[in-house]
Amino acid sequence: MESDVLVVDDSAAIRKILQRVLRQTGMAIRNIYEAGDGQEALQVLDRQMVNLVLTDINMPKMDGIQLLAAMKGAAAWRGIPVVMVTTEGGEARVSEAVRLGAAGYVRKPFTADQIKEKLVGVLPAAMLS
Amino acid sequence: MNLKDDVVQSLSQAVENVFSTMLGVSVVPGPVTFENGAPDAHDGVLSLIGLAGNWAGTGCVSCSPVVACRVCSHMLLTETTAVNEEVLDAVAELTNMIVGCVKNDLERELGPLGLSIPTVVFGKNFRTKSAGHAEWIVRRFHWDSDTFEVRVCLAPSERAVALQPHAVGPLNQVGV
Repeated sequence: MESDVLVVDDSAAIRKILQRVLRQTGMAIRNIYEAGDGQEALQVLDRQMVNLVLTDINMPKMDGIQLLAAMKGAAAWRGIPVVMVTTEGGEARVSEAVRLGAAGYVRKPFTADQIKEKLVGVLPAAMLS
Repeated sequence: MNLKDDVVQSLSQAVENVFSTMLGVSVVPGPVTFENGAPDAHDGVLSLIGLAGNWAGTGCVSCSPVVACRVCSHMLLTETTAVNEEVLDAVAELTNMIVGCVKNDLERELGPLGLSIPTVVFGKNFRTKSAGHAEWIVRRFHWDSDTFEVRVCLAPSERAVALQPHAVGPLNQVGV
């Protein structure tokens, strides 16, 4: 099963790294879409159905927590797994993300294995084969 | 150990961790210095991130254009020889990760801290000035024959001092 993924980060460097890492995970990926903040991410989601969202938290305009809340509040997007990939490691932020329904949390700096490990726990096996 | 020691230790671990994990290289920490007042004029790339909360301050990474290009090349696996938007973005993200790690460590002691969006400057003979009067903790790192510098200043914010005058003190007086 081929998947479409949305990567949300205000750093083009991190978006590029995550794209590379995703291609190394073994996921059968059809498209990787990018957004530089939460608002852009919602615009992408309006146009494209995706199977997974990886998002940073600290971003201008709309942060990752607000994006997560918006997705979980919308019936069309509620079921999409959202993994936070962020430097924000504070207990309060992690708890808030979990409470809002984040499927996983990876702290920067990260290795490809850490991302893969998190996705294995989050995605259906069919998406990883 | 006091908070100043904690910042030094956290900073060193953060830099080594970020460089080894994201760039796949080792860096060697140099001596730590403490500086007051405005830094000397800069040449090259300077990336700044603000910290806010009961304690407030700034974290920054400064390096030569050569080091900035090396950071970008290693991080993105591309050959980069001139400072461009991609290079500045890579240095900004490097700073974000380093200062973010320090922030996460210090939050256990200082309570929640916020992190701003990074700002990166590239130029020659420019000066920066922080509005605060806190001492800078400065550590130089060696990466092969190149060097770069990471500095942090942090002080009780005026809001926290006004609310709890006895809860916070100078950087070297807060114990763990």
